[in-house]
Amino acid sequence: MLIDRRDRRPILLANARIMDPSRDLDIMGDLLLADGVVREAKRGIGAAGVPEGTEVVECRGKIVAPGLIDMRAFVGEPGAEGRETIASASQAAAAGGVTTIVCQPDTEPAIDDPTIVDFIQRRARDTAIVHVQPMAALTKGLKGEEMTEIGLLKASGAVAFTDGTRSVTNAQVMRRALTYARDFDVLIVHHTEDPDLTGEGVMNEGEFAARLGLIGAPKAAETIMLERDMRLVALTDGRYHAASVTCPESLEVLRRAKDAGLKVTASASINHLALNEIDVGGYRTFFKLSPPLRNEEDRRTLLAALAEGLIDVVMSDHNPQDVEVKRLPFAEAAYGAVGIETMLPAALRLVHNGEIPLMTMLKALSTKPAELLGLPGGTLRPGAPADVVVIDPDVPWILDRDELKSKCRNTPFDEARMQGRAVRTMVAGRTIYEYV
Amino acid sequence: MNIAPKSSFVLSSRHMLGIEGLSHADIVGLLDLAEEFVTLNRQIEKKTASLRGRTLINMFFEASTRTQASFELAGKRLGADVMNMSVSSSSIRKGETLIDTAVTLNAMHPDLIVMRHHASGAVALLAQKVDCSVINAGDGQHEHPTQALLDALTIRRRKGRLEGLTIAICGDILHSRVARSNIILLNTVGARVRVVAPSTLLPPGIERFGVEVTRDMREGLDGCDIVMMLRLQRERMNGSFVPSVQEYAAYFGLDQKKLAYAKPDALVMHPGPMNRGVEIDSIVADGAQSLIREQVEMGVAVRMAVLEALSRNLPNA
Repeated sequence: MLIDRRDRRPILLANARIMDPSRDLDIMGDLLLADGVVREAKRGIGAAGVPEGTEVVECRGKIVAPGLIDMRAFVGEPGAEGRETIASASQAAAAGGVTTIVCQPDTEPAIDDPTIVDFIQRRARDTAIVHVQPMAALTKGLKGEEMTEIGLLKASGAVAFTDGTRSVTNAQVMRRALTYARDFDVLIVHHTEDPDLTGEGVMNEGEFAARLGLIGAPKAAETIMLERDMRLVALTDGRYHAASVTCPESLEVLRRAKDAGLKVTASASINHLALNEIDVGGYRTFFKLSPPLRNEEDRRTLLAALAEGLIDVVMSDHNPQDVEVKRLPFAEAAYGAVGIETMLPAALRLVHNGEIPLMTMLKALSTKPAELLGLPGGTLRPGAPADVVVIDPDVPWILDRDELKSKCRNTPFDEARMQGRAVRTMVAGRTIYEYV
Repeated sequence: MNIAPKSSFVLSSRHMLGIEGLSHADIVGLLDLAEEFVTLNRQIEKKTASLRGRTLINMFFEASTRTQASFELAGKRLGADVMNMSVSSSSIRKGETLIDTAVTLNAMHPDLIVMRHHASGAVALLAQKVDCSVINAGDGQHEHPTQALLDALTIRRRKGRLEGLTIAICGDILHSRVARSNIILLNTVGARVRVVAPSTLLPPGIERFGVEVTRDMREGLDGCDIVMMLRLQRERMNGSFVPSVQEYAAYFGLDQKKLAYAKPDALVMHPGPMNRGVEIDSIVADGAQSLIREQVEMGVAVRMAVLEALSRNLPNA
């Protein structure tokens, strides 16, 4: 890695394919970054048209795009530093072309108080090499009972509100939170799962779970909660984001809500777009996720929904788990997979397979989350922060989990053959990661 | 006295983790080998020396009387040194020590480990971590291969064949590893399998297991050769999966009246332990058509066959 934080020279990314999903711009040209912002992107700026002392980086054959914004990542601070720290997560992010991590509040203690938001911000300033923006808890202690100080938390820097991997089962609590949050124009992000209906389910319900003798979690557990939420959004006019949608039934609910003009958006995790329940194979616990991986038809439907814009955001659902809680019988193993570093390569694999256009994917990975969260990135317009990723779309490599920057190794992509990755990641105009 | 079995059958795999993956030839080979042990077990001198010097560890994370005793006896009759470890699931935090236990046991150089565990896939997980042969004595709701083999042996001895028979498996299919193993085995050998249960006790996707599914005992038992009853756990009887013991017994308990729907020479099986008066009436369980005691006898022979067949793959065998 060639990181020199003191190097403040302007940089020209020359002869690149510049892709700016915020304005569907796809041109061959140069991108000039100076003073921490994007100056201009156009054909033939050339070495002559740049300020003195500009570093020129040849990017022939490479793609320059806005740095990715990962809208859902679990970072272990505070309370689970053994699983991941802000520092280690930011290193992983940089290697994956992610320039902003939106960390989740289901920490210990939960991020349900402005002082903890402040703590995250200070830790990020001191230890992170990418931007870290916290979501705050929607209810105190993530208990689903009383709403947090939504106004004060927003003022202190929380970019959205969520109870992480928990659902607010009490409809009254959810209604009040949506209503109150509306006054502050706050986005509520919700994991939609009826915990009673999921019960002891540990993987997607169906023939495959039955053959493995594992208890299934029905898709209806997700869809019922989403459907309820849509009614509440209609009732309150709140701004709502479904945290992780996985099945066609939920997509239909989402479609109706969007058609009705509700302020509703949704994410899908890269895992659900790239993998299916068959990957669980012989009880492979690195594929034990919440919500569970669905079947191949569901995966294809999800990709189609992304292509048409019904799914707005793609996120990593990064969830580092120690091998000790994964090397257990499937039903007893922890949920989750690391993903912040592999999100872009996995997305590029889908692009190469012809399953999704690159521009659509980049938009869902940068522009859309920036818009939803009110962040300044996700664009290469002049004046935008110089948070940029240089992608080599073709470089072949094999993922080795021992080379991951995360503190945990629970990747579902171990030994996967990849084509393409981030080769340079820049935050505020400075190179923080380079692939050699 | 050393009576070596005549069959030279060798299993193609190192472990016995499930019926899934066994070929028709594997199943027939095991049953033929087991037949020889049935004969042996009826003699006064029941011991052979084929596992002499071998160590067999019985590791039961879930309480079991008959399966554990059956494996113990099978190992001893083959001449192995048998060690029983009962690890009650309440005394350890769930699954946490499984890998550690496996590594510890492995260091003692056992040749065969028989394991029962409350989690599906736990036995396969153990098998990845040890050097010896591993036999699944029941993992969660997944498989119980030796039960299916002993059921098949019992049926074959009484009916002379498996192919073409109609077999109804009745009761808690959802939670039953016995049902899963039996369905796979019976399908492999060409029997016709029906499952009969209330819909709450059927796993989603069951219709894709190659079985006929019905919720009605009359329809399910009509013209069948074998009625295989399953145990219903107490905690599932009162309102969670079925409303009450009485209602379950009324619709799904096997009594003489329901048994009359089957062929006149139909035989009744149960893997035990039975809830008399719930899934099966005592009159039926102890009646002339019952094979339940014979199943227990066949259990020892089948487990001897499995141990013998696996031991032939062991180093220096």
